[in-house]
Amino acid sequence: MSTDTVTPLDEHRYVLNMGPQHPSTHGVLRVILEMEGEYVMNPQPVLGYGHRMHEKMAESRSWPNFLPNAARMDYLAALIYNHGYVGVIERLAGIEATPRAEYIRVITSEMNRLQSHLLWLGVLVLDLGAFTPIMYTFEDREKLIDILEDVTGSRLTYCYMRVGGVVRDIDDKFISRTREYIDWQRSRMPMYENLVTGNIIFRKRVEDIGEFTPDLARRYGLTGPCLRATGIPYDIRRAEPYSVYPEFDFDIPTETAGDCMAAYKVRFREIEQSLRILEQALDKLPDGPVMAKLPKKIKLPAGDATYTVESPRGELLYHLTADGSDVPYRMKIRVPSFSNLSVLPEICSGMLLSDLCACMGSLDLVIPEIDR
Amino acid sequence: MKEYFALIFTGGKSLIVGMMITLREFFRPIVTVQYPRETLPVSPNFRGHTILIRDEEKEFKHRCISCKMCQRECPSGCIDLAGEKREGVKGMVLVKYHLDFTKCSLCGTCVEVCPTDALDFSDEYRHVGFTREEFHYDLLAKVEEKE
Amino acid sequence: MTFLPPELLRILVTVVCAIVIVFGNAVVMGYLERKFAGRFQRRPGPMEVGFHGILQLAVDGVKLVGKQLVIPRHADPVLYRIAPIISFAPSIMPMLVIPFSPKLQGRDFDVGLIFILAVVSLNVLAILIAGWSSNNKYSLLGAMRSVAQNVAYEIPMLLTLMSVILVTGTFSLRGIVEAQTNGIWFVFIMPVAFIIFFAATLAETNRAPFDLPEAESELTAGFMTEFSGMGFSLFFMAEYTYMFIACSLTVILFLGGWQGPPLPFAEYSSALWFFLKVYVLLILMIWIRWTFPRVRFDQLLNFCWKYLVPFALVHLMITAVVLKL
Repeated sequence: MSTDTVTPLDEHRYVLNMGPQHPSTHGVLRVILEMEGEYVMNPQPVLGYGHRMHEKMAESRSWPNFLPNAARMDYLAALIYNHGYVGVIERLAGIEATPRAEYIRVITSEMNRLQSHLLWLGVLVLDLGAFTPIMYTFEDREKLIDILEDVTGSRLTYCYMRVGGVVRDIDDKFISRTREYIDWQRSRMPMYENLVTGNIIFRKRVEDIGEFTPDLARRYGLTGPCLRATGIPYDIRRAEPYSVYPEFDFDIPTETAGDCMAAYKVRFREIEQSLRILEQALDKLPDGPVMAKLPKKIKLPAGDATYTVESPRGELLYHLTADGSDVPYRMKIRVPSFSNLSVLPEICSGMLLSDLCACMGSLDLVIPEIDR
Repeated sequence: MKEYFALIFTGGKSLIVGMMITLREFFRPIVTVQYPRETLPVSPNFRGHTILIRDEEKEFKHRCISCKMCQRECPSGCIDLAGEKREGVKGMVLVKYHLDFTKCSLCGTCVEVCPTDALDFSDEYRHVGFTREEFHYDLLAKVEEKE
Repeated sequence: MTFLPPELLRILVTVVCAIVIVFGNAVVMGYLERKFAGRFQRRPGPMEVGFHGILQLAVDGVKLVGKQLVIPRHADPVLYRIAPIISFAPSIMPMLVIPFSPKLQGRDFDVGLIFILAVVSLNVLAILIAGWSSNNKYSLLGAMRSVAQNVAYEIPMLLTLMSVILVTGTFSLRGIVEAQTNGIWFVFIMPVAFIIFFAATLAETNRAPFDLPEAESELTAGFMTEFSGMGFSLFFMAEYTYMFIACSLTVILFLGGWQGPPLPFAEYSSALWFFLKVYVLLILMIWIRWTFPRVRFDQLLNFCWKYLVPFALVHLMITAVVLKL
C-alpha cells in the first residue's frame, strides 16, 4: 500500500508504523495502524520485505533444482513444503513413492508440525508478555529437532524428501528416540495447561479477542487452525487425503467460538493428535526400500498437477503447469499465512494495540511464507 | 455477585498454580550448555559443507573423476571444478574444486549425483569469517592437507 | 573532624550511605533478576564474567557509560536529557527516612510515610517527560499508560495504608515498626491489606504483570525506547530503586520492619532482618514477573477499580469499626 491510498486522517487520529522491525510482528511484516489513542482503527499489512520470488525461481530452473527452495518458504514447516513439492512432481510424472517412504514422510511431517506448534505456543505467550513458557517449549522442541537432525542432516531448512522417496532411511534408534519423545511430550502437556491455558491473565487476554465467523473465514479463504476454530472441520489430511493419512485414526479438533482462545485450543489439541499419528505410523511402519526404482532422467510430461498438503498454518497448495520441458512453465504456490493475514484489517479494527499483538500471535504468521 | 467472588477465587488459584510450576522448574537442572566451553556431540548424519572423501588407495587421494555432474546439477551454481588430461594417467585429473559456501543451500544434490561417491558432507558447523572469500573453500586443498 | 558540626557530618554520612544503597541495590537486583530469570527458564543466566557471572553487571555498567547518548532528531533536547535525572534523583531521598534498624535511620520524620509517597510519585512525571520528549509514538503511548496506571493504583495503596495508620496512629515509619512488636506483624492481622498493597506496588513500580509502560512485545520498550547509554541505565537503576523502596515500605508496614530473632548489637545488626525481608519480597516480584503474561490496559484499570479499591474500602471500614469497638 502506498501512501497516496491512505485517506486523510481525522484530527484526533494518528498513524503508527508497526514494523518491519517490531518484536511481535515475527519477522519483516509491517502493519500501518491508524490509531485513536490506544485503539487500532484500520490496520493495513504491508508485505514484500522478504520477497525472494520463489515462484519465479521455480519457473526458471529445472524442477529438481527447486527442491531446496521449498524448505525456505516456511522455515517452520520445511518438511511439509518438501512433501508438497515432491508430491506435485510425482503426481504429474506418475511416480509412486515406496510405502515405507510414504510413512517416513508422514512421520517427519508430523514431527515438523509438532515443532511448529510448539514454537507457536511459546511465541504467542511471549507476545502476551510471559517470557518463560517459550523456554519450556524450546526444551521440547530441541529434543524433536535433534531427532530430525539425526535423520535429515539439518535442523531447520530440511531438504529430505526426493521424488520417489526420501534420502535416508530411518533406523531403530530414530524409532526409539521418537517413542521416548512422544511420552515426554505427553507428560509435558498438563504443565502447559496449568501454566498457560488455565492462567487467568492469559485467558482474559485471548478470550473474545479477534472473533471471526465461519462466513468471514470462508470469504477470506482462511484455512488451518484458524478456520477450525470457527467450527468448520476442514483439514486437508481428511478433506482431501494425501500420502498415507487415510490409514491413521486421528481427530480434527474444532472449536466454535472463533476467537483467539479457540484457535489456541485447536492448536493445543492438534499437538496431541500429531502425537497420535506419530505413534500409529511408527507401529505400522512397513519394511522395504525408501527410494522407488526410477529412470535416470525423469521427464515432466506436459500438463497440470495440483497437490495440497496441510501445513501447520493451513492449506498449502502447489499447482504445477509443465510444457514438456525440464523447466516448469508455471508454478503457483498457495500459502496459508497469506490468506490468514488478509483477515487482519477486518477483525482487528477497533481493538486495542495489545489485542492486535495477541491476534497476530494466534494467526501464527510466518512472514517469509507470505512473501515467498 | 457470586461470579465476582468465584472469579477472584479461580483466578487467584490459577496464578498460584502457575507460580508453583515455575518454582518446580527453578529447582530442576539446567538444560542449556555454555556453548564455546562445552559443545554437544554433532550427529554423524549432520550435513555441513561438502568435502572430497580421502581415499588412500587412489593415486590423488580422492575419487573425483572431474565429470562435472555436481557442477551441472547444483541448484545454486556454487561448485567450480576443472580437470585436465595428464600424461600417463587414465582419465581426467582434478586440478581445481572450489565450493562457494556463501551460495550453497546444503541440499545434497551433488552428493547424490556423484557417480564415484567422491563427495560427502563434513560435520563442520562452526563457520566464522570476516570476508566472503573465507567461505570459498578449496576442497582439493582440503583433501590434500588432511593426512 | 572538629571543624564539621556533627549535624552536617551526619547528613553527609547518610547521603553517602543512601547512594551506596541505591547503587548496591541496582547491582544486586540486576544480578539476582538475571540469575533467577535464568533458573526459572532452565538456563544458568550470566556465567562468563567472574565467578558465575557476578561481575557481569559491572561490565554492563562500563558498557552503558561508554555508549553514545543518542538524541532523536525532533526530540525536545532539554526535557529529553533531564527526564532520566528526574526519574533517578528522587529515588535516593526515601533512603533517608527508611528505618533499617532502630539506630540506622537518616532522620525520623513524623510524616515519613507521606514523604516517601510524595517523593516516589515524581517518577510518573519523569516517565511522562521521557515519553513526551522522545518524539516517538511508542514512547508516548507508554508514558500515557504509565500516568493512568500510577494515578489509579495510588488509590488502593493509600486506602490500605490508611488501615495501618488507623491502628498505629502515626505516620512515622519508626513508630509503625515499633507498633508491631512481639511478632504481631500487620500481615497476620490484615492479610488482605497486605495483598492489595503488594499488588498495588507491583503496578506502581511498573513491574510485570503490570509492566504496561514498557511492554516490549507491544511498545518495543515503551517510554525507554529512544534512550541509550546512561539515560537508559538511570531509568533502569531508578526502577530497581523504586522496587526496593516499595518492598521496604511493605516490610515496614506489614512485616515488622527490622524485627526478627534477636542478634548481637541488635540496634544496628537487625538491619540484616530488614534487608532479608526486603530481598525475599523482591525475589517474589522477580518470580511473578517471570511467570505471568502481561495484563491488558483496560483490564489493569478494571482490576484496580473493580477489585482493589472496593476491597480496600471495605477493609478500611472494617478496621475503623473494629478499632472503635
